[in-house]
Amino acid sequence: MSYLSLSDKDKQDMLAAAGVGTIDELFCCIPEEVRLKRGLRLPEALTELELARTLEDIGRKNDYPERLSFLGGGAYEHFTPAVVDSLSSRGEFVSPYTPYQPEVSQGTLQIIFEFQTLICQLAGLAIANASLYDGSTGAAEAVLMAQRVTGRPKVLIARTVHPQYREVVRTYVKNVGIELTELPFGKDGRIDAESLGQALDDRTAAVVFQSPNFFGVVEDAEALSKAAHGRKALSVALVAEALSLALLEAPGRLGVDVVAGEAQSFGVPLSFGGPYLGFMACRKDFLRQMPGRIAGRTTDVEGRRGFVLTLATREQHIRRERATSNICTNQALCALRATIFLETMGRQGLREMARQNARKAAYAAERLASVPGVERKFSGPFFNEFVIQAPKPWAEVDAVLRAGGIIGGLGLAADYPELGDAALVCVTELKTRADIDRLAAAVGEALS
Amino acid sequence: MIKEVREPLIFEISSPGKRAGRLPVLDVPETMDGLAGAALRSDIDGFPEVSEPEVVRHFTRLSQKNYCVDLGLYPLGSCTMKYNPKINERLSGLPGFAACHPHAPAELVQGCLEVLKRLETYLCEIAGMDAFTLHPAAGAHGELVGMMMIRAALEARGDARKVVLIPDSAHGTNPSSAHICGYSVKEIKSDERGTIDVAGLEKAMTEEVAALMVTNPNTLGVFESDICRIAGIVHAKGGLVYMDGANMNALTGVVRPGDMGVDVIHINLHKTFSTPHGGGGPGAGPVGVRKELVPRLPVPVVEEKDGRYALSFDRPGTIGRVRAYFGNFSILVRALCYILSLGPRGVREIAEYAVLNANYIRKRLEGDYHLKYETPSMHECVFSDRLQKEHGVTNLDIAKRLIDFGLHPPTMSFPLIVHGALMIEPTETESKRDLDLFVEAMKTIAREARENPGILKSAPHVTYVRRLDEVAAAKNPVLRWEEAA
Amino acid sequence: MYPNDFRYSKDHEWIKVEGDEALVGITDFAQHQLGDIIFVDLPPVGKALEAHQTIGTVESVKSVSDIFSPVSGEVVAVNEELSQTADILNKDPHVQGWIVRVKIKDPKEIEGLMSAGEYEKFLEGLEAS
Repeated sequence: MSYLSLSDKDKQDMLAAAGVGTIDELFCCIPEEVRLKRGLRLPEALTELELARTLEDIGRKNDYPERLSFLGGGAYEHFTPAVVDSLSSRGEFVSPYTPYQPEVSQGTLQIIFEFQTLICQLAGLAIANASLYDGSTGAAEAVLMAQRVTGRPKVLIARTVHPQYREVVRTYVKNVGIELTELPFGKDGRIDAESLGQALDDRTAAVVFQSPNFFGVVEDAEALSKAAHGRKALSVALVAEALSLALLEAPGRLGVDVVAGEAQSFGVPLSFGGPYLGFMACRKDFLRQMPGRIAGRTTDVEGRRGFVLTLATREQHIRRERATSNICTNQALCALRATIFLETMGRQGLREMARQNARKAAYAAERLASVPGVERKFSGPFFNEFVIQAPKPWAEVDAVLRAGGIIGGLGLAADYPELGDAALVCVTELKTRADIDRLAAAVGEALS
Repeated sequence: MIKEVREPLIFEISSPGKRAGRLPVLDVPETMDGLAGAALRSDIDGFPEVSEPEVVRHFTRLSQKNYCVDLGLYPLGSCTMKYNPKINERLSGLPGFAACHPHAPAELVQGCLEVLKRLETYLCEIAGMDAFTLHPAAGAHGELVGMMMIRAALEARGDARKVVLIPDSAHGTNPSSAHICGYSVKEIKSDERGTIDVAGLEKAMTEEVAALMVTNPNTLGVFESDICRIAGIVHAKGGLVYMDGANMNALTGVVRPGDMGVDVIHINLHKTFSTPHGGGGPGAGPVGVRKELVPRLPVPVVEEKDGRYALSFDRPGTIGRVRAYFGNFSILVRALCYILSLGPRGVREIAEYAVLNANYIRKRLEGDYHLKYETPSMHECVFSDRLQKEHGVTNLDIAKRLIDFGLHPPTMSFPLIVHGALMIEPTETESKRDLDLFVEAMKTIAREARENPGILKSAPHVTYVRRLDEVAAAKNPVLRWEEAA
Repeated sequence: MYPNDFRYSKDHEWIKVEGDEALVGITDFAQHQLGDIIFVDLPPVGKALEAHQTIGTVESVKSVSDIFSPVSGEVVAVNEELSQTADILNKDPHVQGWIVRVKIKDPKEIEGLMSAGEYEKFLEGLEAS
């Protein structure tokens, strides 16, 4: 396949206009000795039909999609109304770039403005940005921002935060002089309050927690925020399952200063981990420390309402090494999907979806806990995920389930060796009562 | 398209009780309340309530207010706004890929891992590097990951060093990324050709310097002809060469960064490899490295053995994880599709025709617009508004007037070394007809600047909104809709 | 244009000495170069300053500039009004637009700065180049 648009005559005319005889002459600046003297070693070109066959064949090597899966842990399968795919695949949304020229980008800019509003409404905070890469880098950006705001060097991060988010934060802060201290969890699966009290001091920039946390347990954001504020540290809440925001009290109303997280649940496909949708919302007074693009409302010379990218002096193209972040390209198309998703589900639909998640997860937890030997590990309140403990190594249970076409949950042994044979089970609105009953029965058989 | 259609915010269309998305009735008994003890909300204040037809019209109308590549030439310099093949969109969304969960056991996602491994292999061949990581989500993220690897490699040698050298023509992400890696930035001046001043570099290159970050071709669209000497100077003092591959579109199949002394490079798949820009992402910024840096690659790394793929986490020298999961996977699928479609000859043609198209534009506009640097152009050319300034016309006015001709303006915000820059990158997928439309529009504008500058000052005239007040937007920021009290 | 009782720096700051204290601001030339000023980042009161050290930053829509202290000393007051209405710097850079009040450490440093006449000549030189 070729996507070139020049005929042979065009080519000749253009070479003549450019004053050269051959295309090779245009590469005169590249020293002869470094030029590639051979063809690239790549497979020969494919036509569209051949390409489709090749990719379909590769796709069929993935056995996962046929299974009944209860995986969550930071990536969630949810119902996505057909309008999301249909509208977001329009060329007018897919093929422009960052709206640097507002007069010809009002569509994208208004959508960012609506997205920012929706995120603010869900988070209960005054401002939100246009998106970040994903939840993990969003967590890292929130930590860096807390250091800028407070000028303090130490960050407390809960062990109940998504293990991969913690790893990314660790990678990001390594070279900028931030010390990370991990906060342990208690029997309820929440941050241990006593350890928090001991670790907090006047050098602490922020208390960083995730709610619902990696175990699916809802943290006590109000108490954590109060503790943080007692030492003039920031309360930073991470959210990996953004749908929970429809049901849980808005973090901003519980004293949280910064909310960062992952909004993949809002109409973005699983796609083996990306692209996803990082977001961030915060208090108004942190505006100038916010990373990423922000759209704002203004008027044109005739007084009509319009939207522009604004407060750009925070960003790398102006402030260079002193920018609030190096982010440039973000996740605009994913933010568009989320905006369509949220506006379609709406005030009632989104809450209903969240309610069904909580109800189905509760039912699944009850059913699984009724299997002899299986226990729910933590007593704290949970949204659509919970941890179970089986009397056998999870890998053994998992192998039996898998043979029966079920992925029963995410084994936690690698990330939380202290939990022994535990697994994280996620139940969304897509699972029927029959699916849940099938899981419980299969776990029962695997243990018998 | 009707110019006068005004599309309200969704919140202004909303009215209580309307809804679009519905779910089946809850089919489980409500015995246990898992959320007992958690603080709950009773509503989402201000959240929209609209019907499905209203949603469809809202976004369709908004879409019509966007300019896009599917509509016409989008010569935004250094952004490589080429055509995005439709088949790649479809194939990246195949259920076999789109439904795969990132926590799925490796045995059940062999197809996904094959995609990753194949793309890594092809990028290694195209860039002449020993290994690639596909984790970075965008170019700037790639820069950060690349610089982290450089830092880790130098630490392993015993000294991370303190300074990173960056030419004054560089994009703003370069200094910003170096800063997050804990380095201070020292600027290298460009010479009269618009390339790195080698003597200046030689002086600045001390044993304090960790790396040189160089964009090649640079943001002027000029190839750094001394690149091998430059790399030699940096290496001689124990530093490493980072190449910002944002402009790789000029080089594919013609020259490989690995063959010109580059140690680390990031490539923007949303530029060179045609994955769509999406209104500002998602993109992808894979990073390629030479042997010495392979142990520093972020985890996990995909490994192949006898046709089976696995993820390796146990890599003692790694910089760690740089994002959750495995990168912007569906973007990676699109890039793989693009390489497979084009094949070896087609990949070389990317560079050939991108350079031909840029040189055609340059030759046709020389004389009408000022060219600060006369050095030969690769895939883009940078004019300035110097000739038009005599009539009080700036690059902003030229840009806004181009909109009236149904075209997207070039890049104006950089390079900082050209005042009033007009950085034009046509890409290889443009037809001569579209290039000529642009050239004629630019020539008309040059004439208008002399004869009727007022029409440029008040442009654009044909858009839904005219020039917007950016000062007011920044002075009194309104960043969200709020319910009227 | 440029008050005679002020001294000026090459970084386009002015200083007006009042006893052992002084007001510092940016010159009319500087505000003109910046365009519409949106935001001023002010230092905390009590901050110790070296000559040529950054006091804060001034932002327009698409640029950020450092404000340098012309002398060594300590910040004793900042113009809080600027944090609400930064455009005072555009409208009245030399009077209402003062940025900080500094307690001067070494009065000799003042002598190294330009007079109004010298500064105007300096600006002519800039425009010529």
